[in-house]
Order: sequence, then C-alpha cells, then structure tokens
Amino acid sequence: MSNDGAGPNDRAKPEKIRCDACPVLCYIADGRAGACDRYANHDGELVRLDPLTIIERSADKLVPFLRGGDGTDWDGDIVQSNRPFVTAVGAGTTYPDYKPAPFIVSQEVAGVDMVTVVTEGIFSYCGVKVKIDTDRHIGQERDVVRVDGEPVGHVMTSEYGSRMLSLGGVEHLTGGSKKEGRVTCDALLRLCNCQAVEMVIGDKGHATTVIVQAGKAPVINGVKEKLMRVGCGSAAIGMFAKQWVGHVDDVVVVDDHITGVLSEHQSGKLLDVPPSGIKIKGRRSTPGRYFQVAEPGDGWGGTDIEDPLTILGDFNPKFAKPGQSLLMVSTTGEQYGYFTLDSDLVPQPAVIPAQLEASAHLIAENCEPSVCSVVFMAGAGGSLRAGVTENPVRLTKSVKDSLTYVSCGGAEAYVWPGGGITVMVDVLDMPAGSFGYVPTPALVAPIEFTMRVADYGALGGHRAEIRTVDSVMSPDNRKVAQAKNQPDPMAHANYRWAGKPDA
Amino acid sequence: MGPVAAILPCGVRLHLQHGPIDLIIGADGDRRVAFAAARDRFVSVLDELVGDLPLLRAQVLPETGLPTGKIARAMVRAVQPHSGFITPMAAVAGAVADEILTAMRAATHLRRAYVNNGGDMALYLARGQTFTTAMAGPDGADLGRITATDGIGGIATSGMGGRSLSLGIADAVTVLAGSAAQADAAATLVANAVNVNHPAIRRQPARDLAPDSDLGDRPVTVFCAPLPAKDIQTALENGQRAADQMRQRGLIHAAALFLQGESRLSGQTGFTPSPSHRTLVHA
Repeated sequence: MSNDGAGPNDRAKPEKIRCDACPVLCYIADGRAGACDRYANHDGELVRLDPLTIIERSADKLVPFLRGGDGTDWDGDIVQSNRPFVTAVGAGTTYPDYKPAPFIVSQEVAGVDMVTVVTEGIFSYCGVKVKIDTDRHIGQERDVVRVDGEPVGHVMTSEYGSRMLSLGGVEHLTGGSKKEGRVTCDALLRLCNCQAVEMVIGDKGHATTVIVQAGKAPVINGVKEKLMRVGCGSAAIGMFAKQWVGHVDDVVVVDDHITGVLSEHQSGKLLDVPPSGIKIKGRRSTPGRYFQVAEPGDGWGGTDIEDPLTILGDFNPKFAKPGQSLLMVSTTGEQYGYFTLDSDLVPQPAVIPAQLEASAHLIAENCEPSVCSVVFMAGAGGSLRAGVTENPVRLTKSVKDSLTYVSCGGAEAYVWPGGGITVMVDVLDMPAGSFGYVPTPALVAPIEFTMRVADYGALGGHRAEIRTVDSVMSPDNRKVAQAKNQPDPMAHANYRWAGKPDA
Repeated sequence: MGPVAAILPCGVRLHLQHGPIDLIIGADGDRRVAFAAARDRFVSVLDELVGDLPLLRAQVLPETGLPTGKIARAMVRAVQPHSGFITPMAAVAGAVADEILTAMRAATHLRRAYVNNGGDMALYLARGQTFTTAMAGPDGADLGRITATDGIGGIATSGMGGRSLSLGIADAVTVLAGSAAQADAAATLVANAVNVNHPAIRRQPARDLAPDSDLGDRPVTVFCAPLPAKDIQTALENGQRAADQMRQRGLIHAAALFLQGESRLSGQTGFTPSPSHRTLVHA
C-alpha cells in the first residue's frame, strides 16, 4: 500500500516511548513490552497485548478499589453469576472470511447452551452518524464536511435541537482519491475511539469549523457549546407562558427556527395576554410563530444577531403604550434583555425584574448539556457472515427472526429492517479503543453474534469450532465492566424464544 | 488504570494487579478476611514503590541510606548482604509478596498462605504444613517438584525465561529462603552466576532492551543456543558456587539450578526431579 501524501503513517517514530498506563511510566524500546508485559511499543505506538476483551457482569465484575473500604462490597466467594461475555475487541479477524471466526465460544446461560461468534469485522461499508446538540448554524443541509481538506461526509437533515452529520461510507473510503480514503478512515477511527476530530463544514465564504468528540460538547468556530435549547421559540413560549403573565407585557423567544411571541401565541391568548403592538421581522407561520427572523449564525438562539432589537419593527401605536415592558430571551436562556417603551414607543434597555431574570435562568436550567453523539453504522451483511456460517443468508434470517442477538464490543446494536445486517451502535457504549483500521482503507470493528447452540447448528454454523468460554479466558484478557445502560447480550429476553427455552 | 482485584474462576484464589505487579494469592483459613486485608494493603503498593524508584534502581553501596517506603527498605535490606553488582530492584517482586503476606497474617490466623508475584512467592506454612510447587522450564517442560516445609518464607525463580533480564544463561534458578525478598535477590544473583563465555550466547546491553533497566549497559543474555556439555557443567558450577556461599552465610536455605537439561542442587531443596529429566545431584 503506497502513500501519496503525508499521513499519520509517515510521522517519524521515536525509538522508545513512554508508557503512561500505570505509575511506573516505563520507557519501552521499539518491539519490546513494558515491565508488565501488557503494553508494548509497536512501531512507536503504545499497544495493548491482551488478546481479548472480556465483559464481566453482575456481582463478579472487577472490584473497584475503595481506599479504606471494609470489603463488604465483595463476598470473596465465587459467584454463580460469574458469567463473562467474550467481546470481539482484540479477537482478530480471519479476513477474507472463508475461515471460521477467531472465537466461537459456548457457555450455559440459565439452562440454555448459548454460543457467541466473536470476530473483528473489516468494514468497507461503514461510517458514523454524528448528532451535534446545538442550534447554532454549522452548515446547510448537503454541505460537504472536510477533514484536512478532504471531503469525508456531509450535513444531513437536522433533528430537534441537534444538527446531524453523515460521515464516512464507502464512497469516501474507496470512491475518491487515495488521500480522501485515508483521511476519511483516520477521521472515522478517531471519532469511533472517542477522540476529537476537527472538521470544516461548507465551502469558503460560509465555512464553519467544528470539533467533534463523542460524549463531549461540540466546539463551533472556537466556541465551546454549552446547552441545547429547551425547545424552539414557540415551544418555549408554551412552556413558560404562565411564569411571565402578569410580570411583563410581552415576551419574544428568539430562535433561528421558530421565534415565539407571547402576546400573539396561542398560549398567550389562552392566558388573556392583550396585544402589545409588537412587530416581528420575519415570515409569520401561525399566530405568534415566525420563521427566518434573521440569518443563521452563532448569536442569539442560533441566529446571527447580537442585538435582539434588530428583529423588531415599529410598535403599532394602536396597541402599544409608553412604559410597556418587553422580555427578549434566547432559546437557551443564555442571552436575555429587558426593555420598556419610551414615549416614542421605542424599546429602551431597563433593569430586569428579579422574577423575569429567574425565568431566563429557568430556561437555561431546563436546557440539557450539549454533547456530540457518534453512532457507528456498518453493514455486516457481506462476507463477514462466512466466518459465522457456511450459509450466510441464514445468519441474516436468524438475526431478523430474533434468534440471533448482534452486539458490538458487547454493546447492543440496532439492526436496520430490510435486507442484510446493517447495524448502528453508540461508540460510547463500547469498550475504550474498540476500533482499528486496515490500510485498504477500512475500519476494523468488533461484532458478536450470540444465539442458542441449537440455532447455531440450524443456520449452518461452524459447530466443530465451538470452544468453551473457559478455554478462552485467561488472566491476560482485558476485562471491562458491563456498560450500565446496556443489556446483557445473553439475556434470554433478547430472544424470540424468551420464556420458552425448549421451544 | 488503577489497581484491580478479582477472584479467579477457581473461586479460591485472589488476583491483584497494578501495572507490572501481578499477584496470585491463596490462603487456608479465614479466606475472606485474609483477602480483604491483601486487597486493602495492595491499593497503594505501586505508588509507594514508584516514589523510591530512582534510589531502588541504583547499586546498593555500604553508604546507601534506607529509603522511606517500607517495601523499599525491605528491598534494600535483602540485597545489602550480597557482594557484586546488585540493585534493590532484584528483590522487588519478593518484597511486594512478603508485604502482602504480612498484611494477611496480621489480619487473621492462617494455616497456610502464599502470595505468588510472577514466580516469586512469599509463603507462610504453620508447623507441619507443606507447599509443593511445580517447576517448568522456559519451554514449558516439567522440571520437577519442590516441596517447601515450615521455615521457608520465600521461593523465587530467576532465569532467562522470566520477565526480568538476566546476565546469566540459566533456564531457571529456584531459591528457597526465609523471605521472598531474600529468595528473589539470591535467585537473581545465582542466575547471573550461571554463566560461561561461548559464541552460542548472544548478549545485548540491557538499556537497548529496556531503556530504564537498573542493569544499564551491562550485557544481558538474549539468546543461548545449545552448549557443549562441558560448558553447561562449567556454567552450573559457577552458579552452584555462588549458591553454596550464600547458603553458608545463612542468606538462603537451598537452591536448584537448571540449564539445558542439566541441574544442580545446593542444600535441602525438597526437590523431586521429573522422571523425564536428567539430574546430576552433587549436594
């Protein structure tokens, strides 16, 4: 595999590296392992030597040390529920897949013999869907997303309070230039392993720089996002109307999508808020709801405005009175202003009453922290299935029939309807460092298929290759605890035969 | 990653690990109390040692002061009686094992207990109790059994196959001593002494293999092809001389030396050779 430009592989490698996995901080020479024999220097990269990652669940998972603990968190006895789940992280692969998967392990789970086929898939058809919790403008739908100048994906349909990106995929990995493929692969790898990736969205003139890291707040044009909006401007009016009525004559919630006006809004009408004579620049949708009050940007409520008064026209003297009060607030409560009309009916800044300031803080408090979510999406419908069975379509059918449970690094995978085995999984639910790559370029990701031994036989599985889980376990395995929000891949409830194991 | 603890699948052994320290612990008695004590003591062990690392990686000289940490002091004391080049790191595994065993014994009465730190073992045997351990060569070959009786507090093995670097060519040198730290230091030195000059032996400066090795530029053995019989004899005799001297000075109880299918014993090792293994006993 030749390189046609400077890339991560072209950096000069130091002869020895410092391992920071434990306080000993070994210097490790190239090709050697540290004092623990667990970490090694592989061409200047610190790598774990553990062959497999095992998830240990329930009472028998690794006991965290609590200094001064009395040991009551652990009974010192073997627990019957000592039931590890062998993940595919570190399992290796048997590409091009005509051989059985590296590990096909069996164990009895609550009276049922289960088998888990464990492999690290090489995914050419793979990418990530990124959900960025922000109302700030990060680009138009269909704008190209670039990393290191290479196109790696695009902006897709916005979701409520979030912007969405679709990155990677076969077109970028193998459909463009070599450099495009390599940069895409590297960006996907870093995103999937929960590292930060800087990307530029849109073309010159309207480019936005965004730093995305799974589980962390996005950084947009150098500014770290703090909060998701509580709802669109119209929704915010509905949520907080009761707290405003009687304390202020009108409220405008500024939002790039739908700006809300209390006195015109349905909820204001129901609370008998009289017309204030306010005029909003923008396109009125329904009463009290306005589109396009300004351009998108990183100002108030995802618009480009810094001075909220710029979205107001002249007050209608038929309804407006001098001294009338107005609260303007953004959808995150981060920006707010209080105004009173002077004798010419022009809003003038005034000291905000404590009650109204509290309502702005309440909006902020109701906004969830803004985070980036990275969901790995890949198709396991291809030759990877041959490592599982000699009759690949039967695996697909078995998954669709809820006889086979699909997980990635032990994390539950959503399986798309329709043909093939197209899965999605939140990378935060997977063990750290679950992803690798091959220079093809393609991502290497763990995938496990768990089912009853009988069902494995029925789908043409490599039954002769089944090993007991005990024969796979070794003290050198990396052991991780089950992610709190994740179901047990072997729990009977995952399967169609739940409650009737003999069926 | 901090220290971790787990009960091994057999249900009766405790595994403690932090960085390079890997302990397998067994105890006959109130196991629950003993394991809790081991776990509590283990939590800070690596951090205590790391604080004294520069001192522990330096050669011990008569004027060397004692470090602050308890385990570090035990390491210095274990190597101080020996002559020749040695740093307290030669006793690190044994000293850690001793400390955890001490913590368990302080917590509860035990009939028998061991703390195995990667082949260097601290042992407690109440009167009349014995402990048998299997010896294996670097290739996994069964070398025989060693049965320790009460009075033996440590069994340590050193050689080319282990995690640490060796200046010698021994497949394995197993030493029985009053403590694991003493056994560890002695096994290191006896294994270094099992040596001879021969073109079949390839050596490399320790620093090239492990940049922060306490052995610095000293040539450590990286490969040893089959040697002529007389060189095997010479190397084993060199090692045995070192072991005999230590035994006469009361530093160790016994030692068993293995090299390329041959072995030598020094003192009452309780050694039973494996039937398939040729042994020359000159004790």
